[in-house]
Amino acid sequence: MKVRALLGRKIGMSQVFDAKGEVVPVSVVQAGPCVVLEKKSAKGKDGYSAVKIGFEKAREKSVNKPDGGFYKKLDIAPLKHVREIRVPEEQLAEFEVGAELNATLFEVGDVVNVVGNSRGRGFAGVIKRWGFAGKRMSHGTHQYTRHPGSVSAHSWPARIFKGKKMPGQFGNVRKTQESLTVIQVIPEKNLLLLKGPVPGGRNSVVLVKTSPKKWKRG
Amino acid sequence: MDVLKEVGMESRRQDLPEIRYGDTVRVFVKIVEEAISKKDKPRVRPQMFEGTVIRRKNAGAASTFTVRKVSYGVGVERVFPLFSPRIEKIEIVKHNKVRRARLYYLRTLRGKAARLREVRIDSEQAE
Repeated sequence: MKVRALLGRKIGMSQVFDAKGEVVPVSVVQAGPCVVLEKKSAKGKDGYSAVKIGFEKAREKSVNKPDGGFYKKLDIAPLKHVREIRVPEEQLAEFEVGAELNATLFEVGDVVNVVGNSRGRGFAGVIKRWGFAGKRMSHGTHQYTRHPGSVSAHSWPARIFKGKKMPGQFGNVRKTQESLTVIQVIPEKNLLLLKGPVPGGRNSVVLVKTSPKKWKRG
Repeated sequence: MDVLKEVGMESRRQDLPEIRYGDTVRVFVKIVEEAISKKDKPRVRPQMFEGTVIRRKNAGAASTFTVRKVSYGVGVERVFPLFSPRIEKIEIVKHNKVRRARLYYLRTLRGKAARLREVRIDSEQAE
């Protein structure tokens, strides 16, 4: 299977009709244009094969000296978002440093994974974070409506099990949404319409990647 | 955000009349009857749903409208996507005078009380 990947931005969600006339919920992702920045080969000093891609031009002043030098050597305008994609050694020849990748990398019917940071909800309680039911609002309940209740028993096990669902940071973690079907590709605007939701809020950066489990095309 | 507004709008239907809340409409929906044997082709036939538009949700490509009718004494409401390709045609029977955009109050009314008064829209009078 060939690996294909693009960095993009989540635009938001919308809906389209399929051939049967049924509504399909879609995430709109502006995928690319991305630039190939570096190829790493298992035979070279890196010891593994990968391709580095970048997305969106960065402002001159926000690029630090070492990075600036890297781009200067390539004679490419500095880019804001850079990711390394593991690519099999035999596929490396397909990529060329400086080449532009765009949404046409994917076709309708392809199955992809989308990686992004989920929306951060801050320090959330158990109702929001884990879907706990909470307590009743009346009949003697006093300031205990959103509490988690008991977290364990007393003399046995006399401890709290690891992984117990408790309040804490919710969201703003790297999430992978697997197996999303490409419903439509709009090359003029580099848009991909993917069936179903993708992690993150509007305008968040996401990585669209071939799904290793469900990919059908070569 | 502007890009998002355009997505799905290519399937927008220009051929359908403008629906307003309070209208009495006939919606002709394409019903696909699946083939019983493999030789048959699936048959497409129109089915009519006539009632009052009690709500119109304007949400770009996701816009819908809700039609309510009373069938054998039972209130039936159907939500149609505004741009659905399954809608064959829409006939507007009449425009009614309404004083709000969401006619949910019709749900609690029966018979004569649930009637709406017709209004003629200026452009139609000129015709």
